[in-house]
Amino acid sequence: MITTELKLHNDVFNTDALDKAATRDGFGKGLVEAAEKDQRVMALCADLAESTRAHWFKEKFPERYVEVGVAEQNLMAVASGLANYGKIPFAMSYAAFSPGRNWEQIRSTVALNDVPVNIVGAHAGVSVGPDGATHQALEDIATMRVLPNMIVVVPADSEEARKATLAIAVNDKPSYIRLARAKTPIFTTLETPFEIGVPQIVYQSKNPRIGIIACGSLVYQSMLAAEELGKEGINVSVMNLSTIKPMNEKMITEFAQNVDHIVTAEEHQIHGGMGSAVAEVLAQHAPTKMSFIGMHDRYGESGSPDELLEHFGFTKKGIIDHIKKQLA
Amino acid sequence: MTDERIKELELKANDIRVSIIDMLEDAGSGHTAGPLGMSDLFAALYFEIMQHDPKNVDWAERDRLILSNGHTVPVRYAAMAHAGYFPIEELKTLRKFGSRLQGHPERHALPGIEHTSGPLGTGLGQAAGMAFGMRLDTNKQHVYCITGDGELDCGNIWESAMFAAHHNLSNLTAIVDRNNIQINGATENVMKLEDLSGKWTSFGWHVIEIDGHNIQQFVDAVNQAKAIQNKPTCIIAHTIPGKGIKEIENEFEWHGKPPTAEEEKRFLKELRTLRGKIEATHSQ
Ligand SMILES: Cc1ncc(C[n+]2csc(CCOP(=O)(O)OP(=O)(O)O)c2C)c(N)n1
Ligand SMILES: [Mg+2]
Repeated sequence: MITTELKLHNDVFNTDALDKAATRDGFGKGLVEAAEKDQRVMALCADLAESTRAHWFKEKFPERYVEVGVAEQNLMAVASGLANYGKIPFAMSYAAFSPGRNWEQIRSTVALNDVPVNIVGAHAGVSVGPDGATHQALEDIATMRVLPNMIVVVPADSEEARKATLAIAVNDKPSYIRLARAKTPIFTTLETPFEIGVPQIVYQSKNPRIGIIACGSLVYQSMLAAEELGKEGINVSVMNLSTIKPMNEKMITEFAQNVDHIVTAEEHQIHGGMGSAVAEVLAQHAPTKMSFIGMHDRYGESGSPDELLEHFGFTKKGIIDHIKKQLA
Repeated sequence: MTDERIKELELKANDIRVSIIDMLEDAGSGHTAGPLGMSDLFAALYFEIMQHDPKNVDWAERDRLILSNGHTVPVRYAAMAHAGYFPIEELKTLRKFGSRLQGHPERHALPGIEHTSGPLGTGLGQAAGMAFGMRLDTNKQHVYCITGDGELDCGNIWESAMFAAHHNLSNLTAIVDRNNIQINGATENVMKLEDLSGKWTSFGWHVIEIDGHNIQQFVDAVNQAKAIQNKPTCIIAHTIPGKGIKEIENEFEWHGKPPTAEEEKRFLKELRTLRGKIEATHSQ
């Protein structure tokens, strides 16, 4: 059952009925809204204006848009300076390059310096598609969540990305938002609440055996899987863990205490990612049998987004197969 | 070079352009402008300049070609296929699931690809490392490193430039694809690069500027680079992005999109006309 208080789309399991958009689009909208609300909001880009949606901001606020060229290390240092001075910079590129290329600049000039730079990592995950392994960031959750002071958010759909963008614009903290290129169903609505650090149980079963904790596009796929498994008598609940840092230890612990087995699902390496973060919590507070849906210690490759999502098990079917194997 | 030889190489460049258009249309994504602009350079590298053996790709004495601007790899794949590294039909698998022709080059996917690239700015350092190693072993091969011009925004490039000059790596030649475009527009609008020649000179490099569509000039520049024994050389090759297809030449919007089926037809027709022109020009 979907959780009614969350005001999700009223025909949520009818995928064809849902609008589709990439989380980068919701981010692009949110950034313009944030800039309308606050003069201090700025956008910095490293030669990827269109694909990060920075160009929407640039059209409206050309004087607050800064182009740094293909120079992600400088991108981050300049953003740090702007934030230190009192601006609210959003620094964007592909996640493979930022935070991929400029991790140390993020560590020292943003996180340790503790200035409110918003780091926008676009084109994360294998769903980037034909560009191949070099461009498919699968390590960024790990490298960002390990940094003290850093907030890490992985929106589950375009609308949540919009709200998350507005939230990090005002949180006065170093923040990382992870975005995808592929269009995915928008299953939340304007009325769906969003708060950094507050996970949502989007699908609730009676006496669930399995609890899925998912982020990004895997949240909706997990809901579809839960609905189908429920029909086969396998009760599954699903949590959208869009804030990976700070971790809501209490809610994760309570969620796990009501199930036999926790499955985490993310378009990221299983080592160090969201699943690992959940495991760190559960090992301390509620040791639970766990298994991980993610990239199993390998890089991605070229292909269409759909082919790759299917190949690596990041679909409803992949999740169902994984769970049945766990129960067998 | 004889006129006949130049004609052959220009025709090879034309074949490479045809394959680029063909494979990109099939792939439905990928980069068109850069590869078309570098086709003359690649025809010269694979069919005239480099020591290499398509049937023995790991030959220890081969020259190394480092493609730092990995997004332009269709031009390398096309040149390799025409040189006999793999069947030309395989070009149609570009960017597809399971293909050896990954969207950005993968060292382990396809024999003859020297290194994985795509993330910009790191080729020159890898090339310098290879050149340094070769010199230690008193091996006589040469390392060529191609970079984009927008790519020169990357700080890494200049760290590597300093290193190569500091160590007098004369067995390393950088070739800059000076096509004046990058993703967000003209290079001089995105991040000013000029005085580019002065920058390389001040970093300790020998600099030669050429017309990147003039194969004779390119071959001469490489010969000069190899003759210079005390410093690395940077060849700034002035090219036209999208070269060969008038309607897309110099349009930065063509940095990262493929032709549609309809455009493909039109473009291939234009390349057939160009082929005729090459044949006519050199038979006079
Ligand atoms: C480190 C890094 N940052 C960003 C990108 C995305 N990107 C791919 S090509 C490109 C522009 C490069 O310009 P140029 O080297 O002049 O290539 P051209 O457009 O002429 O083909 C950018 C920014 C990348 N591949 N690597
Ligand atoms: Mg260029």
